[in-house]
Amino acid sequence: MRYTFRRMIQAAILLFGASVLTFLFSALAPGNYFDEMRLNPQISPETIISLRGQYHLDRPLPVRYVQWVNSLIHGEMGFSFAYNSPVGPLLWVRARNTLILTLTATLIAWAIALPLGIWSAATAGRWPDRVLSWATASFLVLPDLLLALCLLILAVRSGWFPTGGLVSTGFETLLPFGKFRDIVMHLTLPVTALVLSSLPILIRHVRAAIGEVLGAPFLRAAEGHGIPRRRLLYRYALRAAANPLISLFGFSIGALLSGSFLVEVVMSWPGLGPLMLEAILARDLYVVIGGVLLSTLFLVGGNFIADMMLYWADPRIRTEAATQ
Amino acid sequence: MLFRCENDQPLLRAENLEKRYKRADALDSKEEVAALSEVSFSIFPRTTLALVGESGSGKSTLALCLACLERPTSGNIWFGEREVTALNEKELRAIRPQIQLVFQDPASSLNPGWTALEIVSEPLLVQQRLGKQARRAKAHALLEQVGIPAEKASKRPGIFSGGQRQRLAIARALALEPKVLILDEALSALDCSVQAQIVNLLLELQTSLGLTYLFISHDFAMAAHLSDQIAVMHQGRIVETGSVETVVHAPKHTVTQRLITAAMGSPALPYPPKVA
Repeated sequence: MRYTFRRMIQAAILLFGASVLTFLFSALAPGNYFDEMRLNPQISPETIISLRGQYHLDRPLPVRYVQWVNSLIHGEMGFSFAYNSPVGPLLWVRARNTLILTLTATLIAWAIALPLGIWSAATAGRWPDRVLSWATASFLVLPDLLLALCLLILAVRSGWFPTGGLVSTGFETLLPFGKFRDIVMHLTLPVTALVLSSLPILIRHVRAAIGEVLGAPFLRAAEGHGIPRRRLLYRYALRAAANPLISLFGFSIGALLSGSFLVEVVMSWPGLGPLMLEAILARDLYVVIGGVLLSTLFLVGGNFIADMMLYWADPRIRTEAATQ
Repeated sequence: MLFRCENDQPLLRAENLEKRYKRADALDSKEEVAALSEVSFSIFPRTTLALVGESGSGKSTLALCLACLERPTSGNIWFGEREVTALNEKELRAIRPQIQLVFQDPASSLNPGWTALEIVSEPLLVQQRLGKQARRAKAHALLEQVGIPAEKASKRPGIFSGGQRQRLAIARALALEPKVLILDEALSALDCSVQAQIVNLLLELQTSLGLTYLFISHDFAMAAHLSDQIAVMHQGRIVETGSVETVVHAPKHTVTQRLITAAMGSPALPYPPKVA
C-alpha cells in the first residue's frame, strides 16, 4: 500500500514538472497564433494587441500558468484560438478516437506477439524461428509511412475498406449492429498499419525474454519433473520472463496517445494526431500544451500500471517493498 | 558401503552415444561439433559412477541426454529394461521423474520467485501425485530430510546460502522419489566446508533411499572420494573407465594422469577412496 502511495506521489511530481516545462518551452518558442494576423493588412495592430490581451498572452508567464491550472481544474485546459472553444472538450473527443484505435491495435499486437514470440524462442534456430526472424526483420526496416500508404493503395484499389474517418456519412441512421460494423470497417486499415509496425518489435522482445530464461536450469529441472512442453512455456517460462515484458507493456500504454500520430495523419483518422499537427503549425498554444500533457499523463500512467503489475507478478519486488 | 552384486542388471546403460550440434557461430554453416562420440558405460543400482573431465569435455551434454532432456544424435540408452532412446515425447515425460538432475549453480536452478516450500512441492504438483494436504506434508518432510530448518520453508531462494540452496535443489530432485540422481557439478560452486556437508548428506541419502548417483565433476579427488566407478571424459569420448582404485593408482591415459595431478598436486590421495 505504501509502495502504491509512494509511486502516486512520484507520478504527481512528474506531471507537475512536465506541465511547468511544457509551459516554459512553448513560451520560449518563437512566434504565436496572432503573428499570422499581423501579415494581414486588413487587421489593425490595435486589434491584435487587444486580442492578445483578451487571451491574457500579454501577462507574465507565472500568472498565465496559474490561470491555466485554474482552468484545468474546471476541465477547460485553456482556450483554443483556432477552434474558439475550451481545449478540454476538444481534446477529449480526439483522445477518445485515438484510444479506440490504439487500444484495439495494442491488444491485437500483444495477442499475436506473445504466442509467436514464444514459438520463435521455443524453436530457436529451426525453421519457424528463422521464418519469423526474417519476417520481423523485414517489417522492422519498412517505414510506418510506407506501410500505411501501401494499405491505403490496397483499400482504394480494392474498395473493400473506407479510406478515412471514424464513421460513414449516415452513421446515425444505422442500427446498433450496423454502427458497430461501420466502426470496425473504418478501424481495420489504421489498426492493421499500427499492428504491423509494432508487431516485429514486440515479437523480438518476447523471443529474447523467453529465450533468456528457457536455458535456465530451473526450467530444465521442471522439464525433468515431467511437465508438458506447452505448460512449461506458457506458465513457467512466460512467468519467469514476465518482468521486461511488463515494463514493455507499460511503455506501450504510454505510447497509446502519441504512437499513432503518423498513421492517423496519413489515414485521416480524426484522432489527436491531425489536431496536434495543425495546432503546432498554427501555434495554437493551449492545444499543444494540453496534448503534450495528456501524452505525459499516459506515459506516467502506463509506467504506474506496469509498476503495479510488476508488484503483483513478482513476489521478490513485494518483499523488497515491504522491507523498505 | 554398498557393494554391487555381480548378477545385478545395470540400472542405466548407454551404448555408442553420439551427440552432434550445429555450430552456432556460423550463419548457414553445415559444420557440426561432436559433443559426444562413442560413449558407452553402465551404472549399477545403488552405486555411484563419477564422470570426470575438463570443462567442455561433454559431461553436461551427457547428463542432459541421460536425464531424457536432450535426444542423442545416435546410440541407445537403457533405463532398466526400457530403451529410452526409442520412446516418444509423451513416454519420455513419464520416465523423466525417475532420473533427476541437480545442477551446478544453485542460484539459477531454483525459481527465484517461489518459496522453498513451493519449490519442493512443484514436482509433486506437476505429477498430480498427492492431495493438497499430503503434498504439503511431503514437502515439509523433504526439507527436513535435507536439513533445511522449518522456519525457512516460506522464504525465497534469494536469502538462502549456497549450501542451503543446493540442499533445496536436492530436496526438489528427491520429491518424485527418483531411482537415479545426476549431480552435474553439484558441488563445484560451493566452498570446501560446505562441500563436505553436502557430500555427507548425499552419502546418507544414498544409504537410506537406495539411490544411484551419476556424479559429474572436474575435481578428481572429490570424485574418487564419492564413487565406486570412475569414467574419464576427454573431447566427447570416455577415455578410461574402471573402479576407483585402478583408475587412481594406475591411470593409463595421459588425460587421467593430468586430472589427478591437477586435483591433488601429486598422485597421492587426500581423501580415502570410498571402496576400500
